[in-house]
Amino acid sequence: MLRAEVWRSFYQDSVVLMRLAESLRALDGVEEAAALMGTPANQDILAAAGLATEETRTATPGDLIIAVRAASHAAAAAALGRARALVVERRQPTDGGGRVRPRTLATALREMPDATVALISVPGAYAAFEARRALNHGLHVFLFSDHVPLADEIALKQLARRRGLLCMGPDCGTAYLGGIGLGFANVVKPGRVGCVAASGTGLQAVAAHLAALGEGISHGIGVGGRDLSAEVGGLMTTLALELLATDPATEAIVVISKPPAPDVLPALERAIAQVAKPVVVCCLGARPAAASPARWVSTLADAAGAVAAVLGGHPWTPSRLDAADSRARLAGVERRGEKRGPGVLGLYTGGTLAHEARLLMEPLLGQASTRFDGASVPLRIVDLGDDEFTVGRPHPMLDPEARSARVREAGRDQGIGVLLLDLVLGRAAHPDPARALADAFAEARRTAAAEGRGLVGVASVVGTPDDPQGLTGQVATLRSAGIEILPSNADAARFAALVARPALAPSLLGDGP
Amino acid sequence: MTEPQPLGAPLRAINLGLEVFAEDLAAAGVPVVHLDWRPPAGGDPALLALLARLEDDDESERPARA
Repeated sequence: MLRAEVWRSFYQDSVVLMRLAESLRALDGVEEAAALMGTPANQDILAAAGLATEETRTATPGDLIIAVRAASHAAAAAALGRARALVVERRQPTDGGGRVRPRTLATALREMPDATVALISVPGAYAAFEARRALNHGLHVFLFSDHVPLADEIALKQLARRRGLLCMGPDCGTAYLGGIGLGFANVVKPGRVGCVAASGTGLQAVAAHLAALGEGISHGIGVGGRDLSAEVGGLMTTLALELLATDPATEAIVVISKPPAPDVLPALERAIAQVAKPVVVCCLGARPAAASPARWVSTLADAAGAVAAVLGGHPWTPSRLDAADSRARLAGVERRGEKRGPGVLGLYTGGTLAHEARLLMEPLLGQASTRFDGASVPLRIVDLGDDEFTVGRPHPMLDPEARSARVREAGRDQGIGVLLLDLVLGRAAHPDPARALADAFAEARRTAAAEGRGLVGVASVVGTPDDPQGLTGQVATLRSAGIEILPSNADAARFAALVARPALAPSLLGDGP
Repeated sequence: MTEPQPLGAPLRAINLGLEVFAEDLAAAGVPVVHLDWRPPAGGDPALLALLARLEDDDESERPARA
């Protein structure tokens, strides 16, 4: 029994709709439910799920579609009634003070004429339009939306530079202004480290490691993953460096990104050389072309470690696996005496964490596959937040189910012996991601055990004690499922390689006891 | 070209899109106005492009905010 309704001109954001669909699916008699805006991409998803009706096909991008497949008429009608109640309850046209919410940026600015920043996370098709409006009104822009055309990104960043403003993004997941997080952000204390980041999870990881080292963030300027491409040419990275160089709260700077385009690297190095403060660069996989006044490091944890050492005035060397701890963990795994598959499967929610793991593990285990292609390979590392996995569904940091399904599936794959995982906490992320991951891993392990195989889980957690999920509790939940928790993603990647190939011990752990 | 706006100003935010971002900022004590946003130009791409062009012509006359 399929029933659907279209609510004309009724916009709801994707997180609200994800939660709505979740609560409908949980109702008695409901087999499947969807709550989506009527964009062309969503129309395809609805059709593929067998939830399209004559009426839903008439919906436009501004219309809300609610579709329910249920065991009976009564169950479908009850679910639609529940959806109406939930949406109406949620969508108050007034704010807490009884004022009508503004519908445009111009009216919002009448309410808050001294606004400093606009956060924009509307669908990609409208994002550049709204960002241009915000920049033209003199606001810094945090542009979370993705699927913004490259030409629009360049035009927006050129406009921002002309106006002396930041255009953080598109596809900027995380930023900090005055120590306060925007978007997906771990809760950290305001401090003296300024960051420029072409990677949201990279910035989160560095901020969380800094917090553990007792250092806080002055500003973390996100620039979006394409800023250091040849086309964009580092327009925002260089502006961010200029701003942090003169910012009185910033005493040292960390630059975080994947490797810049070869043509952009010299410009980045020149911009860094202009900065009179200590600079640490973590361009995962890139080395400076020329002698650099900055310290270049190769992992996110080392970026935090190096800058904390500079500020604390103490010596620093790149981190490596703790030999004694790793030998003890490895001995624990080996004592179980299980037969395991030869392969390592990395299932990541953080794209830069996946990239970092691949860079560290490929020299140890050989070239990694980054997709699910059915082949049995010694190393597969997949970023489940990648566009190809998030079309029409929320990012796995918001909705852990997509990864949980893959984790459970890994339990049935006799080629896999080690699962490598990340867990990213912080504002905007799922309220209890560890529970979903721990349950899925425990199930995968039971499935493997029933077939006479073992499965080792290795993970790291990006989080701080002040995050809403609570770092200690999330770590404890993963540990209780038997997952090995390492202090950083780099260590987790190295340890996963060690479990898969214990003969790597001399190179990874040195020749100690 | 305008001088870059310094970063030190206290954060005051306008939020368009995911309401969770506004809720998080409010929880951190940041003043925030959340828009009751809906697709501009009724979601019509041709109309949106036209609107963008009109606004750009208009904005090129406007001085940058101090």
